[in-house]
This record gives sequence, C-alpha cells and structure tokens, in this order.
Amino acid sequence: MNIHEYQAKAILRNFGVPVPEGHVVYNGNSARDWAKRLGDGPYAVKAQIHAGGRGKGGGVKIAKTADEVKQYARAMFGMTLVTHQTGPEGKIVKRVLIESGCDIADEFYLSFLVDRATDKVTLMASAEGGVNIEEVAEKTPEKLFFEAVDPVVGLTAFQARKVAFKLGFGIAQVKQAVPLLMNLYKAFVEADCSLLEINPLVQTGAGDLICLDAKMTFDENALFRHIRIRDLRDYDEEDANEIEASQYDLSYIALDGNIGCMVNGAGLAMATMDIIKHYGGDPANFLDVGGGATIERVTEAFKLILSDNKVEGILVNIFGGIMKCDVIATGVIEAAKQIGVKVPLVVRLEGTNVDLGKKMLAESGLNIVSADGMGDAAEKIVTAVKEA
Amino acid sequence: MSILVNKNTRVITQGITGATGLFHAQGARDYGTQMVGGVTPGKGGTIVEGFPVFDTVEDAIKETGANASVIYVPPIGSADAIMESVDAGIELVICITEGVPVLDMVKVKKYMEGKDCRLIGPNCPGVITPGECKIGIMPGYIHKPGPVGVVSRSGTLTYEAVWQLTTRNIGQTTCVGIGGDPVNGTSHLEVLRMFENDPATEAVIMIGEIGGDAEEQAAAFVRDHMTKPVAAFIAGATAPEGKRMGHAGAIISGGKGDAASKKVFLAECGVSIADSPAEMAEALLKIWQP
Repeated sequence: MNIHEYQAKAILRNFGVPVPEGHVVYNGNSARDWAKRLGDGPYAVKAQIHAGGRGKGGGVKIAKTADEVKQYARAMFGMTLVTHQTGPEGKIVKRVLIESGCDIADEFYLSFLVDRATDKVTLMASAEGGVNIEEVAEKTPEKLFFEAVDPVVGLTAFQARKVAFKLGFGIAQVKQAVPLLMNLYKAFVEADCSLLEINPLVQTGAGDLICLDAKMTFDENALFRHIRIRDLRDYDEEDANEIEASQYDLSYIALDGNIGCMVNGAGLAMATMDIIKHYGGDPANFLDVGGGATIERVTEAFKLILSDNKVEGILVNIFGGIMKCDVIATGVIEAAKQIGVKVPLVVRLEGTNVDLGKKMLAESGLNIVSADGMGDAAEKIVTAVKEA
Repeated sequence: MSILVNKNTRVITQGITGATGLFHAQGARDYGTQMVGGVTPGKGGTIVEGFPVFDTVEDAIKETGANASVIYVPPIGSADAIMESVDAGIELVICITEGVPVLDMVKVKKYMEGKDCRLIGPNCPGVITPGECKIGIMPGYIHKPGPVGVVSRSGTLTYEAVWQLTTRNIGQTTCVGIGGDPVNGTSHLEVLRMFENDPATEAVIMIGEIGGDAEEQAAAFVRDHMTKPVAAFIAGATAPEGKRMGHAGAIISGGKGDAASKKVFLAECGVSIADSPAEMAEALLKIWQP
C-alpha cells in the first residue's frame, strides 16, 4: 500500500526524522494562508499523487511569495499529471503540499528495503541524490552503498557512521546522519514498510540535513496491525476495479489486452497471461479467484472482467485440485447465465470429476468451448477472438 | 528414496482445530501420511476427528514422536508458531499460511540461524513424496511415484507441471512448493542440492517467477554442481512493470528480475527452458528420457 508524500513526512516527523515544515491543502486560498504561516518564502508547492517524477510533469513549483503559492496551487488542482510512473493516462491532482523552501547545497539518496538475497532489511545509499536511482544502479553501480541490518539489534550507530562517511559527509553532517538513519530504520520496522525511500536527502547551505522527499510503501500483509496506516489509504489513487475485486477476495489487475482471464492461483494466473501472449493474443487482466471457485466469486469475477469494454473473449483456467470440476462447472454456468456472457468463452478445467465438469459445460446450452490443457485453451481463445 | 519427507515422517498440525487445518490434516491422513496429532493452545487433552490435540509443540513431540510440523495458523500467529516448532526441536516445519508479514519472516530467519531445522514456506502448497507422505494442500491424486523432482514458488502452477508429468506416465520423487513470499525458509537452490544428492531423483523441473534472483542462483548451481538435467519455466513474462514492488528490490539483488533476462541466464547455465507453461514436461523430455 502506498501513501502520499505529506503523509510519509508526518510519520517520519514523529520518529524524529528532519523533514521540511509544511501543510497539505485542498484549495488555493488555504494554500496562500498556510504559506503565510510558514513564514517568508521561498516555498515549495508539490502536487500529491502516488507517483514519482512529478517535477518534470509540472507537479512541483518553487514560489517566492504566498500569492504565487496560491497561483501555482490553483493551477495544480484538477490537473492531470503525467509522469513516467503514472502511465499515459496520468493522475488527477486533488491535494497539494505547501512547504518552506530550502537552500540546497548537495543531494543524496537513501532507502531501506527487504533484500530477498540476504533476508534482511538493507540500507541503500548514494551520493547521487535527486536523480533516477535505477540509472545510477545501471551505469555506476559503484556509487551505491549497502548495509544489511541485523533484525535483533537494528541499525547500529557504527553502520550509520560507515554509510555517512562513504557519502562524503563532514563530521558535522555525520553527527546528524547517524540519528537520522537510525530513526528511518526504526520507522521502517515499526510501520512494517516494504520500501522507505528518501530522494533526495539534502544538505542545506547552512549544513543541515533534511529529507526533501519521502516515499513509503507498506507490506499489505502487515496492515492488520496498523489501523492508522490503513486509514491513510487514498482510494482515488487506486484502480476502481482492483478495489472492487479486493472486496470479494479476488486479486485483479487490469492490463491493456482484449482477452479476459479467470484463473485459480497467482502463479497459474501469471502463466495463463504468458501463454495467451505466446499464442499471439493479449491478456486484458490478471485475475486470481483463489481456492474456492464458488458461484458468487465466479459471478463477481465475470462482472469484473466484463466491466472492461476492451474484453472480446474470456479464458477460464481452473486447476481444480481439492475442488471438484463439476462444482466449478456449476459456478461457471450459473455465473455465465446470470451475467449473460456474450463474448467467446473458453473453459479449461482439470482435476477431480473433470469429465463430468466438461459434460455439464457442453450440455449447458451456453456457448462455452471446452479445452484440454493450457495450450489448447490459449489457442482456442486467441482464435475465437480473432475470428469474432 | 526422496527428499524431505517419506513414509516414516511423523507430522503434527499446528492450528488443527481450525477448519482449514483440520480439513487438510484429514486429507493428508487419507493419503497415508502419518498425521500423529495437532496443537491448538487451550485445547490440549481433547481429541478432534481422531487426532490428539496438545497445548504446545513440546508436549506434542513428547507424546507422539513427531519430527515434522505443518502450520495452518493465521498470519498474525504464524511466525510465532514456526519459532515454537524450531525451539521444540522439530526437523522440518512447513508453513502453508498465506499473508505472513515480511518483517516477521526476517525475524524468523534470524531466529533459525544455526538451528538444525528446515522451514518450507510460508505461502506454499507444501511437500509431497507420492505414495508415501503428503503434507499440505495439494491434491494427492495428481501425483505418482517416479524419478522427477519438482520445485516451485507457485501452488497451482506446480500442480500443472506435476499433471503434465503424470499424464505422460512419469512419476515424481518429491514435489516441493517453496512459497511465493520474498522471504521464505528454503530456496530453489537448496532444494536442487537435495535433489542432486537424492539417488532416486533423475531429473528436475523448476518453476520460477519474476522478481529477485533466486532462479539465477539456482541456475548457477545447476551449471557448477549438478549432474542431473533440469528444465524450467519462469512465470510472469507479461506481468506489468508498475505492479511490481518498485525496482529497488531487483537492483539490490543484482539482477533485473524480469522473465526474459532470467530465461537467457538459465539457458546459458544449461537449463532447458519451457517457452510456455503447457510445455514444462516436454522441456524436460528434450534433455532427459525416463
């Protein structure tokens, strides 16, 4: 789960991490009034959307006066901000963060994340701040520093010092960087983050370190113990279908193709998308119906798939396992009847009572094509969609 | 022979009085697994569907001689359940539970350092040695005893591979679902090493997914240390970029984590690549005949 920059900064402030003073606003007048309260300019006016690269798209402006803050903020509200992370459709700006500006002498990069290779939380740092870190990793990997954290003792002062010296800080900045890094680690662990990224961390002209931007992503599996973080979820930033799906315990991700898929299990669902592509088709979605393909869930899954009007055919791929195929067939038939599926529908069932399941599909009176195996199923749906 | 589990494995179920735990304990017993009891704190001394229930894993081992444990405890208590089994001296812990917080697993991994216990999972279908022992949620009947080892991050995709083998009359030594979480107990590489050392296993199918570099490490092991043929499928070639957890994870593991680069590296290491998930058994049969 992602949150906005201003929310991440509020959390970090509570952990004693230095962040600029600021306030989130929802209209131009309060933008001006909050700027006045912050004191003299300059000010930063930052569009709040869940995506990076906002500056290039016009989502970050520096204002000299409170009236300029108002102008910039007004221009941002309602604008569709397109960045390399939003996709071509962009995101509509509804919240704007007003902050005290700061005088940047140098920029750095910091992040904490769980490294799958070491099974430990790892600090990643670079003196190349404010730029795209993926490019740094690709072109100059020697400029990235790593420090793996022991989960029992946490990030130690000596580790923080080591990293601070590697970043080239003078002793005055090292003294600030040690508690800053240790507090960031504390925030990461206590909030169950999966990513905490500060890009950039800046050194001001006066020599102070401050986190100018902050991105926090949380482990969805740990949200059960973080009710306050759960409340920060901004549904405007998420796909409406994905939210709908999560209410039925379906895992759904919309894609750009025209063949809808309904599959049980995430791995098989990914593999089903792959095989559609392999046969020259284009998947319209990822959809994992989970273990129990009940009539209700299959019905909801069909509704979701068909709510995407690009869908010209549907492939159902269920490896029954413990579930019996006749039960799944009943679910598919009932759901297809209720919804009135008008596009070609190919169903591949495998598992207990598979013959009975196929017979039921064939005798349902519905236009359902049965398939043997994944390859056959993918070929049939791709052909059906091309012919339709 | 086989790896991890066999007909002598004695299994307890942690969370046996929950609907899921009980259902799958019965299924495993019906398959022929020695399901010797279960643990639910507060229900010790009772018997559920013929399974003796204990308050602690320690009690359960004392009374039943169990050497393996399977966990169906909800995510909030999964890490604790794993550590309880590790502490009690269980040799093999299989955690089926989906949705365990990553940082809980980071602690568990640290806790297990230096301890003589193997963890499979979490978020996995379990482990089966066909005809001998089934621990987990996989359907038993799709398996058949034979010479191929199967290791996978995914559940239903494993069934798919197993089914492709069984319908070609090729059986399996052991099928291991290592689970899809970023931090898990046992890696592809470790399972490959076990298959390499198992005299009954003649060949291996490995099923990977995008993200991280576990598949690359396993492939390097195949290249440097394995005498047995390995075929692989990598799921997720069409998965959308932005839906992955950033790229920071991939950077730090030293690989790009995408399906195409994984496939290229695996092929360079001598692994036979299945281009489509329907061709996993065929990819193996290209380099190995039963």
